[in-house]
Amino acid sequence: MMKEREQKGLPRYGRRFLFLGLGFVLVFLGSFLLGRYAVSMSTTLRILSTWLLEKLSFGALRMEGSWTELEAAVVLNIRLPRILCAALVGAALSAAGASYQGMFRNPMVSPDLMGASTGAGFGASLAILLGFSYFGIMVTAFCFGLGAVLLAWLVSRFSRLNATLALVLAGVMISSLFSACTSFVKLVADTQEQLPAITYWLMGSLSSVKGEDTAFAAIPILLGLIPLLLLRWRMNLLTVSEAEARSMGLNTGRLRLAVILCATLVTAASVAVSGMIGWVGLVIPHFCRMLFGYDYRRLVPASVLMGGAFLMLVDDIARVITTSELPLGILTSFVGAPVFLYLIVQGGAEREH
Amino acid sequence: MSIEARNLFFSYGGADVLKDLSFFAEAGELVAVLGPNGVGKSTFFGCLLGFLHPRTGEVLAEGKPIRGMSPRELASLIAYIPQYAPQTFNYTVLDLVTMGMTNQIPIFSSPKPEHRRRAMEALESLGIAHLADRGSGSISGGERQLALLARALVQDARVLIMDEPTANLDYGNSFRVMQRVQELGARGYTVIFSTHEPNQAFRYATRVLALLDGGVLADGPPDTALTEELLRRLYGVGVAVRSAEVEGESFRLSIPYEKGGKPQ
Repeated sequence: MMKEREQKGLPRYGRRFLFLGLGFVLVFLGSFLLGRYAVSMSTTLRILSTWLLEKLSFGALRMEGSWTELEAAVVLNIRLPRILCAALVGAALSAAGASYQGMFRNPMVSPDLMGASTGAGFGASLAILLGFSYFGIMVTAFCFGLGAVLLAWLVSRFSRLNATLALVLAGVMISSLFSACTSFVKLVADTQEQLPAITYWLMGSLSSVKGEDTAFAAIPILLGLIPLLLLRWRMNLLTVSEAEARSMGLNTGRLRLAVILCATLVTAASVAVSGMIGWVGLVIPHFCRMLFGYDYRRLVPASVLMGGAFLMLVDDIARVITTSELPLGILTSFVGAPVFLYLIVQGGAEREH
Repeated sequence: MSIEARNLFFSYGGADVLKDLSFFAEAGELVAVLGPNGVGKSTFFGCLLGFLHPRTGEVLAEGKPIRGMSPRELASLIAYIPQYAPQTFNYTVLDLVTMGMTNQIPIFSSPKPEHRRRAMEALESLGIAHLADRGSGSISGGERQLALLARALVQDARVLIMDEPTANLDYGNSFRVMQRVQELGARGYTVIFSTHEPNQAFRYATRVLALLDGGVLADGPPDTALTEELLRRLYGVGVAVRSAEVEGESFRLSIPYEKGGKPQ
């Protein structure tokens, strides 16, 4: 009986992972073909592989290409950073969302629950008000995102309420405090230049992402994602009650802190580089649960792949749909809300059986 | 394995909830903990599990104080089976049981086939192997209690603490769950369960611990410890205790009863 299930069970998910991985690669490569300046797939592939080889050999290997300098610049300096950034941000937000949903035992939770996004949003608004460079805005946003969650966590430590409840309440309060601060910044901002800049930034976009921005965001995102991937089986235990988890030998406080730290790191970095992009962290983990089940061992890697592919796709739509790019936050909501409504109706139907 | 509580005093900051509570149970014993609501049963269990630290006194597992043990070490000695409660995420029964091996799986790794095999064995030993692939949210309350029992078994602890194992279960499921619990006693586990039903203590327990006002009111075999007088003091209502014979086997029963009392 055991044999039977293993043969039936594992390959089923294995095949789905294969499809998901393939989809991710296809979306990644396909994204290079979009844009006003046409570069063929074969040229793109050759430029990318040469660039990769040079990077991997630390410049020891140099190859002459058959492409123009302009083509190389478009692929390597404009498209690659942006596509990579979309993949990273999508992966980060989905993985953080999946982790938070388990930790708070609530599938309706998104990664901004603890204030990382609103904190980062305020940081960015403030930086725009003070006239910082794009890079400066990003760093400020990142620091404020981390700061907001740190504040929520500290407040919860002093509370005598149950640990998760205290975290949620503190997070929601800190979040609303920071969004009030953002409103205040908007109020005093110069309406000609700064206010539109703040508003546009808050709606989320990857249109001005450059190589250095992607590199800056990649470090905290990878620093957060790797531990989440390593701890993925343990995370299952955060979904059962505190008493049960502890009785099974888990140091719940330590694991929760590690998950918050990682999820915050990736969320703050994502918001810092891309602005506010809602829905990804909420909807993608749901889809992954439908396809890969509830076990975090599969849910985290699935969320990483699907989230990355999804945001690359949405960013592609943002790039081509109008000449003046649509903000990502609006697009993800347009896609996310109907999908979520569908899920609500479906979920209701499921329960009636 | 033995578990012992020595002169426990516990307070949440105000008056003492546990007052000089001492208790000792050996391998193979099935102890029913009885007492009215709010008497400190949960606090007592919290202390036994090492979640709560008594103000004075100590808890010993196999003669060793549990205070200062790591969560992992403690989990290899004492397991906890919570009350039935609805769950948010619909893990399969096999995944749920595998979680019980947290104390045996290194922090950054995942269960191996051998762990899944052990989980299957535990399910088989409780007669629910056929549920392995079902969602733990879509099986009956009784089946879920058995799954949680299997999870406690793979944890390898020899002391099982059960918080009202049959709360929210129907008549038939209660019986099926308690039969399995009884078998575990016969297999040498020390089982401590709380219940609000004296008849369960009569039916399944080898020993009764009756708590009142944070202290031990009675401690002994159910047939001698659970007298009409004791039950009346525990619950504040009149109780009649009678014997009944079923197929040559004698059972004791308690029936709440007020002399001349009529339902209002």
